[in-house]
Amino acid sequence: MELVEAIILAVLAASTPLLIAATGELVTERSGVLNLGVEGMMIVGAACGFAGAWLTGSIFIGALFGIVAGTLMSLVFALMALGLAVNQVATGLALTILGVGLSGLIGAGFVGERITPAMHLYIPSLTDMPLIGRVLFGEDAFVYFSIALVIGVWWFLYRTRAGLILRACGDNHVSAHALGYPVLRIRTFAVMFGGACAGLAGAYLPLAYTPFFIPGMTAGRGWIALALVVFSSWRPGRLVVGAYLFGAVTILQLHAQGWGVGIPSQFMSALPYLATVIVLVLLSRARTGGSTAPAALGTVFVPDR
Amino acid sequence: MLDQTSNDLHSGEPPLLQTIGLTKRYGDFLANDSISIEIQPKQIHALLGENGAGKSTLVKAIYGLIQPSAGEIRWRGQPIVLSGPSEARSRGIGMVFQHFSLFDNLTVAENVALGLDGKESFKDMSARLEQVSKTYGLPLDPRREVWQLSVGERQRIEIVRALMQDPKFLILDEPTAVLTPQEADQLFIVLERLKAEGRAILYISHKLEEVKRLCDTATILRGGKKVDTCNPRLETAASLARMMVGGEIKEVKAPAGRKTTVPRLVVNDLSLAPSEAHGVRLEHISFELKGGEILGIAGVAGNGQDELFAALSGERLSNDPGTVVIEGIAAGHLSITQRRKLGAAFVPEERLGHGTAPRMKLSENALLTGHAASGMVHHGFIDTAATLKTVDRATETFDVRKAKRDPEAASLSGGNLQKFIVGREILRNPAVLVVSQPTWGVDAGAAAVIRQALLDLATAGAAVLVTSQDLDELAEIADRIAVMFHGRLSAPLATSEATREKLGLLMGGSSLEPKEAEHAVGA
Repeated sequence: MELVEAIILAVLAASTPLLIAATGELVTERSGVLNLGVEGMMIVGAACGFAGAWLTGSIFIGALFGIVAGTLMSLVFALMALGLAVNQVATGLALTILGVGLSGLIGAGFVGERITPAMHLYIPSLTDMPLIGRVLFGEDAFVYFSIALVIGVWWFLYRTRAGLILRACGDNHVSAHALGYPVLRIRTFAVMFGGACAGLAGAYLPLAYTPFFIPGMTAGRGWIALALVVFSSWRPGRLVVGAYLFGAVTILQLHAQGWGVGIPSQFMSALPYLATVIVLVLLSRARTGGSTAPAALGTVFVPDR
Repeated sequence: MLDQTSNDLHSGEPPLLQTIGLTKRYGDFLANDSISIEIQPKQIHALLGENGAGKSTLVKAIYGLIQPSAGEIRWRGQPIVLSGPSEARSRGIGMVFQHFSLFDNLTVAENVALGLDGKESFKDMSARLEQVSKTYGLPLDPRREVWQLSVGERQRIEIVRALMQDPKFLILDEPTAVLTPQEADQLFIVLERLKAEGRAILYISHKLEEVKRLCDTATILRGGKKVDTCNPRLETAASLARMMVGGEIKEVKAPAGRKTTVPRLVVNDLSLAPSEAHGVRLEHISFELKGGEILGIAGVAGNGQDELFAALSGERLSNDPGTVVIEGIAAGHLSITQRRKLGAAFVPEERLGHGTAPRMKLSENALLTGHAASGMVHHGFIDTAATLKTVDRATETFDVRKAKRDPEAASLSGGNLQKFIVGREILRNPAVLVVSQPTWGVDAGAAAVIRQALLDLATAGAAVLVTSQDLDELAEIADRIAVMFHGRLSAPLATSEATREKLGLLMGGSSLEPKEAEHAVGA
């Protein structure tokens, strides 16, 4: 019983950064921009988030530092890929390399330091319920926020006019421009939102997951978030399922090693990517028409004035 | 202040819309050179000109999509500066784009909402959408996604979207280019009604008969300048064409002594599943094309013409070799190169990216289709001199105008590049030529050269298959015309019997049987 609860709690904790980062990237890609720099924005968010929390003693300010750092990183991307119309794939990869280096520089002085991690909710009697108590009522603020974030993004995309315009930019930027929508400005905001989410997701790691900073601590989570967006076929609802599934695989892999199951850990680590490939194949076979990916994804747009 | 040259009935009242000396400069290039036009209420005003004459630039400036470099736009006598299309729309200027500004993966209602200012709720807007579409006889289902709709339906969305803003002035850019003759007739009824309601329309088209029938005034542009204003009803199609081109167009003549010989391209019961999400399934296509003959394939774009081209050229292979027979040899399973070696040549619709590699030189592009059968490769090495010679021969024979001897394909104008591509294939002396939209977006002079070349090739004994949406073009060069609809090919009609009405019915999916067709109109 307690083991099950512990596993569920661990899965939630492992899934939350994936969910936050992937939600941001989903909005970015829905506007038609492919930002492969999620890993880089996350790791800089982690370094700055830890620095902020260590200097001020506040987890909240640490999270803000992470958000601002991720947004600034995404602005570098926006300047290159949108402002100067540079190839988005190359720019995104460069952003990740930049982020890894930058985070090492920023975080060098903080390696070995510790902070008090984010507090968990505690409601007497509710949180004490067996099995589900701590899962539902004993999480940290990041977990609850990530759920609210996905619901908010779903509502924004499908229930607001601004969301409709954003989806329109991702479907056909030429038409959106012809109708008078500022495609590049809208995309810049979408990229910034993606950066803010990636920064927050990165900051979650040293602020709540482990109370210290080590270089490279995102350990490929940015890439999993990117795969998740594809796995979800760009829909927020499926993103939640995918994030917890991927989180569960990560945790089960650790437990499987502990239990001495004879599957190489490398194979388990590769599972999320394998799952993404299988989903892509299934999607393209099941498709009757229309496109699942935003039609303008990753294409350069230069308006003529 | 300004001399009112037109002897209009609205004297004293300023024109609804006026441009004065409107100029748009891109670097050294003058897209619009001091253009002044006047549009009155209750007027359908044609804007005529060849590709590159500056029509699109002018209407983009009027719709606020681009800012003029000089000159001004007056709306009801007042000078205005349009910051963007939304401002143009709020003043009462609407536009229906040639290449529809629609979003394939969004619903009809969402597409319409994107063209409005968003002040009303989505529910109210949907209700009004149904009402407007009913009022004007333009039926639409607001919940369907655009990719599921036909071209005619897509245009309805554009028109309804424009009408929902209650525009005083509506710009239509080549609205009938993709419609069947019957669909075009229905559009004209709507336009006449809009005119009767007191709205003005700026109508861009190069179908001159249409302009004569519909328009009250015509402004003609050539090379970015306004060359004339006239009443198109008092002109002939030929005189309008002369004003557009600025000279006589060489007439295309079928050379004497053309005989049909043996079947050179035979298609037997060809069926093929679509390769893409939005593709068309080819169903039981059969025809026989003899040497010395030109077969035209008409039809609204997107009815399987692209898929048929891919199946004939070998871009897509058939499991049954006997479905495509070239020069008596079953070729359905053969690759593009193998089919070229049998004597076939192919000219696809898209010039840049399909017909040529845009950033490669003409000589390299000549090599790409000619390597199999034209002696430009020896033991795997390219004979550069031979490739250049091919370019020179195509240049000379087909009057290709270019800045250098061997420029990049993308640097040529549409007409000159098309002359090069057609020339490149014809110089290989093909037994079978399959050509798709040979004169799409090509100026009238180059179009005449290309059509003449196709006729000459048939006279020399080749079998020529031409796919085109331009019925006049097919009437001019084809011996027989068949129509594609939803992946099926009708039985060919002799060109002398293929009236616009008959072709129009086939293009709309009706059969030519005398009994009443039971298809639902506009459903």
